[in-house]
Amino acid sequence: MAHAPHAAHGEAHHTSMGVDSRKMAFWAFIGSECLLFGSLISTYLIYKGRSQVGPYPHEILNIPFTSFSTFDLLMSSLAMVLALAAVQRGDMKQGKLWLLVTALLGLIFLGGQVWEFSHFYHEGLGLTTNLFGSTFYVLTGTHGAHVTVGVIWLLTLWVQALRGKLGRANAMTVEITGLYWHFVDVVWIIIFTVVYLIQ
Amino acid sequence: MGEQAHATTGTYLRVAAILVIITFIEVGVFYVPAFQSALVPVLLVLSAVKFALVVMFYMHLKFDNRFFSFLFGGPLLLALAVVVSLLFIFYGSIRLRTGM
Repeated sequence: MAHAPHAAHGEAHHTSMGVDSRKMAFWAFIGSECLLFGSLISTYLIYKGRSQVGPYPHEILNIPFTSFSTFDLLMSSLAMVLALAAVQRGDMKQGKLWLLVTALLGLIFLGGQVWEFSHFYHEGLGLTTNLFGSTFYVLTGTHGAHVTVGVIWLLTLWVQALRGKLGRANAMTVEITGLYWHFVDVVWIIIFTVVYLIQ
Repeated sequence: MGEQAHATTGTYLRVAAILVIITFIEVGVFYVPAFQSALVPVLLVLSAVKFALVVMFYMHLKFDNRFFSFLFGGPLLLALAVVVSLLFIFYGSIRLRTGM
C-alpha cells in the first residue's frame, strides 16, 4: 500500500485501511463542520430579505473591504501549503516563516472582522436589530470563532517550531492544522458569495 | 487508490493565482450592470470552482486516499441537500400562504 512521503516517518498512526487515523478522524470532523455551516447558511438564506426594519444588507455591506479580506484569507491558504511543503522536506526555517505568515494573515482577517462588526454596530445593526443582523452575526461570527481557533493553533505550532519541538517527523500535525485552515477558507469562499455578493 | 505525492510549489502558486483572478472576476461581475440578470448562477459557479480548487489542491483530496473524499463529500452533499430542502420547504410554504 502506498503512503505519502511525509507519512513515512515516526509520527504515522495507520488504521487497517492504511490511512492515518488522526487524518481520518479530522476529515470526519470537517464533514460534521459542513453540516454546521450548512445549517447556518440555510438560516441566513431563509430569513434573507425578511427584515422589517433596517439597516438592510445593500445599505451596510462593504464589498471592496470584504474583497480584501477574501484575498487575505486566500493568501493565508497559500502560505499554509507552503509551510506544510517546507516542513515535509525538513526545511524548518521556511516552515517557521510560512507558519507565522499564515497566522499573521489570519490575524489581519480577524482585525477586519472586528472593524466590520464595530462599524455595523455604530451604523445601528445589532444582533437583535432585525433578521439580517441576527443571521449575519451568527454566521460570520461562528466563522470568525473558527478563524480565531486556527490562529491560536498556528501560533502554538510556530512557538513549538521555534523551540525545536516541531520537525519533519511532525509533518502530519502540520498537515492536519492545514486541513482545518483550508476548511475555514472554503467556508469563507461560500460566505463571501452568498452573503456579500448575492444581496 | 492509495495516497500519491502532493502537488509542487509551482502548482500551489498557480492555484493561488487562479483563485485571485476568480475573486477579481466575482467582484467585477457584481459591479457590472450587464451581468445583473445572470449574477446568481455566475457567482455560484465561480464560488464552486474556488471551493473545488482549494479542496483538491490545498487540502490534497486530488492526491490523497479516496476514503477521505468520501468522508468529506458525503456530509458535504448532505449539507447541500439540507440547504436546498429547507429553501424549498420555506419558500414553498410562503407561496402556498400568499397564493403566489
